[in-house]
Amino acid sequence: MDLSNSLLSLLIWLPIVGGLVVLAIGDAGDAKSSRAGTMRVVALASSLLTLVAGIFLYARFENGVAAMQFVERVPWVPSFGVDYHLGVDGISAPLILLTVFITPLVVIAGWDTIKQRPAQYFGAFLILEGLMNGVFAALDGVLFYVMWEAMLVPMFLIIGVWGGERRIYATLKFFIYTFFGSVLLLVAFIYLYVQAGDFSFASFVDVPLTLTEQKYLFIAFLLAFAVKVPMWPVHTWLPDAHVEAPTGGSVILAAIMLKMGGYGFIRISMPMLPDASAYFDGLMIALSLIAIVYIAFVALVQKDMKKLIAYSSIAHMGFVTLGFFLLWSILERQGDVQGAALGMTGGMVQMVSHGLVSGALFFCVGVLYDRLHSRQIADYGGVANTMPMFGALMVLFAMANVGLPGTSGFVGEFMVIMASFKASAWYAFGAATILVTGAAYTLWLVKRVVYGEVGNPKVGQFSDLNARELTVLGVLAVAVLLLGIWPAPLVDMMAASVEQLVDQLGRSKLAGL
Amino acid sequence: MSWTELAPAAPEMALLALICGVLVVDLFIEDARRGITYWLSMGSLAITAIVLLATAPDSRTLIFDGSYVSDGLSLVLKLSSVILVGLSFVYARGYLAQNGLHKGEFYTLGLFGLLGMMIMMSANSLMTIYLGLETLALSQYALVAFDRNSKVAAESAMKYFVLGAIASGALLYGISWTYGVTGHLGFDEIAAALRADPGLNGVPLWFGIAFMIVGIAFKFGAVPFHMWLPDVYHGARTPVTIYLAAAPKLAALALVVRILAEGLGSLYEAWQGMVMVLAVLSLVIGNVVAIAQSNIKRMLGYSTIAHVGFILAAFFCGTEQGYGAALYYAITYVIMAAGSFAMVILLSRKGYEAENLSDFKGLNARSPWFAAMMLFFMFSLTGVPPWVGFFAKLTAIEAVLDAGYPALAVLMVLASVVGAYYYLRVVWYMYFDAPQDRSVLQASLDTRIALSLNGLAVLALGIVPSWLIRVCYEVFGALQ
Repeated sequence: MDLSNSLLSLLIWLPIVGGLVVLAIGDAGDAKSSRAGTMRVVALASSLLTLVAGIFLYARFENGVAAMQFVERVPWVPSFGVDYHLGVDGISAPLILLTVFITPLVVIAGWDTIKQRPAQYFGAFLILEGLMNGVFAALDGVLFYVMWEAMLVPMFLIIGVWGGERRIYATLKFFIYTFFGSVLLLVAFIYLYVQAGDFSFASFVDVPLTLTEQKYLFIAFLLAFAVKVPMWPVHTWLPDAHVEAPTGGSVILAAIMLKMGGYGFIRISMPMLPDASAYFDGLMIALSLIAIVYIAFVALVQKDMKKLIAYSSIAHMGFVTLGFFLLWSILERQGDVQGAALGMTGGMVQMVSHGLVSGALFFCVGVLYDRLHSRQIADYGGVANTMPMFGALMVLFAMANVGLPGTSGFVGEFMVIMASFKASAWYAFGAATILVTGAAYTLWLVKRVVYGEVGNPKVGQFSDLNARELTVLGVLAVAVLLLGIWPAPLVDMMAASVEQLVDQLGRSKLAGL
Repeated sequence: MSWTELAPAAPEMALLALICGVLVVDLFIEDARRGITYWLSMGSLAITAIVLLATAPDSRTLIFDGSYVSDGLSLVLKLSSVILVGLSFVYARGYLAQNGLHKGEFYTLGLFGLLGMMIMMSANSLMTIYLGLETLALSQYALVAFDRNSKVAAESAMKYFVLGAIASGALLYGISWTYGVTGHLGFDEIAAALRADPGLNGVPLWFGIAFMIVGIAFKFGAVPFHMWLPDVYHGARTPVTIYLAAAPKLAALALVVRILAEGLGSLYEAWQGMVMVLAVLSLVIGNVVAIAQSNIKRMLGYSTIAHVGFILAAFFCGTEQGYGAALYYAITYVIMAAGSFAMVILLSRKGYEAENLSDFKGLNARSPWFAAMMLFFMFSLTGVPPWVGFFAKLTAIEAVLDAGYPALAVLMVLASVVGAYYYLRVVWYMYFDAPQDRSVLQASLDTRIALSLNGLAVLALGIVPSWLIRVCYEVFGALQ
């Protein structure tokens, strides 16, 4: 049985079917029933099987090949040129691996902390995992859009059912904000279909377009992806969504869903609209720098841990978009293709690293929340006294967030800052401020929460990490350190595809030329 | 004229005969055994469908002196209407029995309405289409007033009747002007006359077209001729609302396609602007006003108006893709709409009509399966994939962009973002709020099964959409 041919379909449908099975088994209305126990085991098994499929993907992935691998293509709606077209390259494969790695951890984290309707909780996350894999693997406009939009449904329910106090406001805002951006993406895709004749990404990349058309399409794509990333000024849904979501929801949002915005820029906006991307690169760099500099200061004044980490996420994603859009400045200034590729690679590595790090930080906050039911920094203090293991791990992730060499956070940031130097010293200066401000807010957070005297008597009664929590945080710690010390496997995976992309973007595709 | 020549009209003839049979048999049945009438009606529908499929000619066939046409469009629309009327009857039976309203007249009126619809769908002449329209309309007026003990129903029926009569009058007035200018009532003859003498295309004809569009817009519920719709949907008993919201929309589509696209297709520039105005107003007003509603039947009524805006926007393009998209949108829309209204039946019990939004609170706690079904309907109506509502919007937007109206396409999607709020609100009430009413659901088994199949169909059509798209597009020859 040649599995390579259907590996991507497996990665999409296995978790979805697993989620449906989990929903069918149900929890008999009681989170402690044996039925619920069976259901949890099935959920974990589904996510672990998907992880195994992901490892298979990694093993069979050929590093030096820039073209799409594991391609599957079956006609879906022939009258519209829509195919069920899947494939991965060096850009999408790491993101799929990130997704299949994080989801089992989310399942484990929610194991006994979700008391209300656990079956629907796990079912939603598994279906969400399948859809997320679908977004990264899709090579057809309609298939991409279906996966992209369908993801909103489980996330809407996750935040709304299991979230915090203002969850309804947060989830409505999240849905409507993201939906607004996405529908313009749909119109843009359909416009491209009318020009190109079918919906495949390859046709969209090849079809010639005038600069005016490209500019309008770029704005449409920008709205969709900028909301997802999120970029300033359309970032305001994120703090609310992150704060109100349950721990698992925050982790998936931060670790993976934000990456879709970045992925959209690099897979869709840039290759399909190279001239408009070049035209708007100043705007994108400016927005990215605002996110990096300004949002970091906003993070500094937060009193709620989750909000702080949410703003920190926005700032780090600013690095990602900065790395991507430096390309034209670098090519213009120095004609340095390597430098341009460095920026791209840095952005991509930052995506993976940020996924791990912010995921881990949200898990840490979840651990604290499970004990005290508060996210306010002021309610904590001296946690290290009663939870030394937790303290150590949280500090490690905080350091990774700051970008300490040896952790994964350093690799991406270093590459992007080097690339921004090649474009302009001012860009580098702006980007490098995160090294200071990031340290400021993260270390101050850690100081107030983990170190010092035990401020709140309840903190004195905390128990340290249990086996489940230790597993989750431990695995993430290993991943963060591994990626930080030895990023070569990740970078090698991306290299060929990034090179091809940079080469492609250097060329124009104006109609009539 | 031999019987074989009349074969394309066999479905209507069979249906009429069957209705008369049901009507007579029903006289001898008392309330407790009304199920017999129900089964006879369902049997009539089945037979009509079989006759329809068996006698459908291979190519476009005209009979009755060119006033009746049997083509791909009539086949698709009639088959869909038969299925939807059947679905409405299934939803109606349990509810009517529970509420002491189980009279045979419901089924016979429903079948007469179907007869009217089928005539409209096969009309090739202004007279035939008016005939079908009135048959349908009178059946509908009576159905709205079906519950004679309900003041709200009586009020709605009066409104519907009076406004409907005015609209039919407007349509007839427009027809008379068109006849006056072109000298013909048959669509083929009108089209030929317009081709032969372009001078006919002037103000008098536009006057006629405007009045006909008034009548058409009323039938659809397009703004600004929509005022009857929320009141009628609200006032009528829910099974009647389901009936009204479903198949008659397909009849309205037949109305607009036959008159404007076929009869007056060459005069596209004359009616295009009017249809665009209807579409834009319906999109905006339908979506915005729905937000303010607290009664789900009214909310879904305004949502109907918004979706009619989509259908008209696709139709207005005047291209084969536009017509195909409008047909596809109409068919998928009525499937979703029937299911959404049927949820009200699911939650209702004797003496209590669950028509307020607050009745949906905590449905996930009471019945996760049906909360999921309603979630399917709500997200499908919003246009979120993987449900079929997304593909409906995709085809409509594609038609609009292909015809070169990007601003309209952007308006369509922005309207659906506004619309997302009130659909999400229902999902919010079901999943995020605690139930206000913890009573056991009392809907009958067949309603539950039908509702489940309806919900699953909405998902299945979204996952496997191509066959229906192909059918709808082939009707208009719009495939690439």
